[in-house]
Amino acid sequence: MTEQIDKVLEREYEAGFVSDIESETFDPGLNEDVIRRISAMKEEPEWMLDWRLKAFAAWQEMVEPEWAHVDYQKIDYQAISYYSAPKSMADKPKSLDEVDPELLRTYEKLGIPLIEQQMLAGVAVDAVFDSVSVVTTFRDKLEEAGVIFCPISEAIKKYPELVKKYLSTVVPMKDNFFATLNCAVFTDGSFVYIPKGTRCPMELSTYFRINEQNTGQFERTLIIADEGSHVSYLEGCTAPQRDENQLHAAVVELVVLDGAEVKYSTVQNWYPGDENGKGGIYNFVTKRAVCHTDAKVSWTQVETGSAVTWKYPSCILKGDNSIGEFYSVALMRGAQQADTGTKMIHIGKNTRSTIISKGISAGRSNNSYRGLVRMNPGAEGARNFTQCDSLLIGDKCGAHTFPYVESKNPTAIVEHEATTSKVSDDQMFLCQQRGLDPEKAVSMIVNGFCKEVFKELPMEFAVEAGKLLEISLEGSVG
Amino acid sequence: MMSSEKVLLKIDNLSAKVEEKSILKGLSLEVKPGEVHAIMGPNGAGKSTLGYVLSGREGYEVQSGSATLDGVDLLEMEAEERARAGLFLAFQYPVEIPGVSNLEFMKASVDAQREARGETSLSSAEFLRLAKAACKQVDLPLAFLKRGVNEGFSGGEKKRNELMQMLLLQPKLCILDESDSGLDIDALQVVAEGVNSQRTEDRSFIIVTHYQRLLDYIKPDYVHVLADGKIIRSGDASLALELEEQGYAWLTEKEA
Repeated sequence: MTEQIDKVLEREYEAGFVSDIESETFDPGLNEDVIRRISAMKEEPEWMLDWRLKAFAAWQEMVEPEWAHVDYQKIDYQAISYYSAPKSMADKPKSLDEVDPELLRTYEKLGIPLIEQQMLAGVAVDAVFDSVSVVTTFRDKLEEAGVIFCPISEAIKKYPELVKKYLSTVVPMKDNFFATLNCAVFTDGSFVYIPKGTRCPMELSTYFRINEQNTGQFERTLIIADEGSHVSYLEGCTAPQRDENQLHAAVVELVVLDGAEVKYSTVQNWYPGDENGKGGIYNFVTKRAVCHTDAKVSWTQVETGSAVTWKYPSCILKGDNSIGEFYSVALMRGAQQADTGTKMIHIGKNTRSTIISKGISAGRSNNSYRGLVRMNPGAEGARNFTQCDSLLIGDKCGAHTFPYVESKNPTAIVEHEATTSKVSDDQMFLCQQRGLDPEKAVSMIVNGFCKEVFKELPMEFAVEAGKLLEISLEGSVG
Repeated sequence: MMSSEKVLLKIDNLSAKVEEKSILKGLSLEVKPGEVHAIMGPNGAGKSTLGYVLSGREGYEVQSGSATLDGVDLLEMEAEERARAGLFLAFQYPVEIPGVSNLEFMKASVDAQREARGETSLSSAEFLRLAKAACKQVDLPLAFLKRGVNEGFSGGEKKRNELMQMLLLQPKLCILDESDSGLDIDALQVVAEGVNSQRTEDRSFIIVTHYQRLLDYIKPDYVHVLADGKIIRSGDASLALELEEQGYAWLTEKEA
């Protein structure tokens, strides 16, 4: 039975193709000069370069963390190239017509047509290819609503006041080893500003694609939801199939001002490496939100890719009555490893947080949930509910739960529930006895296990997530 | 030749083992379309094993003999292919599938079977109508359609849920594995009525039970006694009554 299930899970990585695009790529290596060159490529103002150099100096004093429950070969930071961009992007195409058709084809192949007429109405896309943003769609329409959605490299030039005011206010420059590295070498990413009282008229999304060999992708995303605004943001990521490991170290900061709401969804499908653990992306990401009074943030993530994942989308519930949510599905198979979870830091009164984590482990994979719930002394009447469920497929995988709870306020309530279950032979046989083939049976059982998280995803992404887990969501009847 | 009538299920000298232990030891049985056969016998005789072997459960290894459904070799097929060929097993202990709604599960099952027969799949609306009717027939509240498969169901509710699946799948051969165990008299009647409503000229039933009680409501054409891996006595409905009075000892002793 286990063999049968393994076969089902050994699906091909469909996004593993390489695009033949002429690129300008820096030689591997990291020093001040490389940082100056990145900054120059981006035509950045002086303050930005100074900021990068400060981060680089700090980073050189830092030590790579080893506390995560993952095992990987030490990264040689001098062997990575820190900048790669399609040559055709050097002249900054003004419109889609000027964009290299091969680039457009790449995204089309990934199921993300960038031609606006062909796109899902209601979703604006920023497409980031290696180190640069290729195109951002529907910008005019968004501008009408006062919404800014552009590459962060552009925001640094066009909206320096906003960037200066908020950059690294959520994830401090010296927050952690990978975040500090990102400050020094980040190349592109998305910038979003939703004005006061505005409901963003479309879903915003960014698709990250790593194409070049031996390059790292260091993207930086900054989302500012001004008072009483609302936005739903989606993020997707893929990379070619390569034998070497590649590093992806991103920083995402969400500033959610009074009464604003941000829904941030991720479908992470970086190349996971082969079944023996060769190749694949190291996905070391820092994502954090600050919620002001009455604000709400909801992180939803579906993690199926990457060789190693190290990621804890977190909420600092600073304002009274603010709400943080974290919904996660992590499906690990082959030799994949994930150490993922969240931090909910309750500072304000009557703050609320919900954590629903679903870990699925198959093959020889290792899947860990690591979460911190902290109730600060001022978190009067705060509440947290955490539910961590693990599903094991086969007998060679591992599931681990590391919950940390710190409560310094006696009126705060923290609840934690955890379960571990297996896809049983009985369940498989019941499905087969009713006429379902084993593929359908596994995906149905896994789908059922993930249901609480999938229902939090925006419609388009729920479908994509379902496909990723080879799940037909046909059961939406009734 | 005894009869030129068509045989639906033909089991010939079937032997099978589980984890190196022989359970079926040369069992033979013929079931014609429309017939109801009851299989009774002491604990450990191989009654549940027979259902599992016929339906292709992993771990049940056939050593010798044959079994055909409608003339097609059952033992060569995967479990899901046997189901699609029209074999249905109502489980003694139905398992839970959390988060997968009954409706979703049954629609997927019916779709898979229709597809295998080259039929188009039912629309959601059509299927919902059928499912509601089946749900009412087995006397479960309609809310059960949206609940996870067997999730938090009582023993009796699980049995009725199995019956609901049978009503929707319309199999040729239904094997009911102790569908009466753990049922109160009302639930027993619901199950029996469900079965009786499905008795047609083409559809056959094998009813595995410990007790005569169920057979008061579902009248069998034949009653067989299964002991130590084979059928040691066959008769009509009156044999069940005899067993109820005298137990199995007189038969198994005679055998020994």
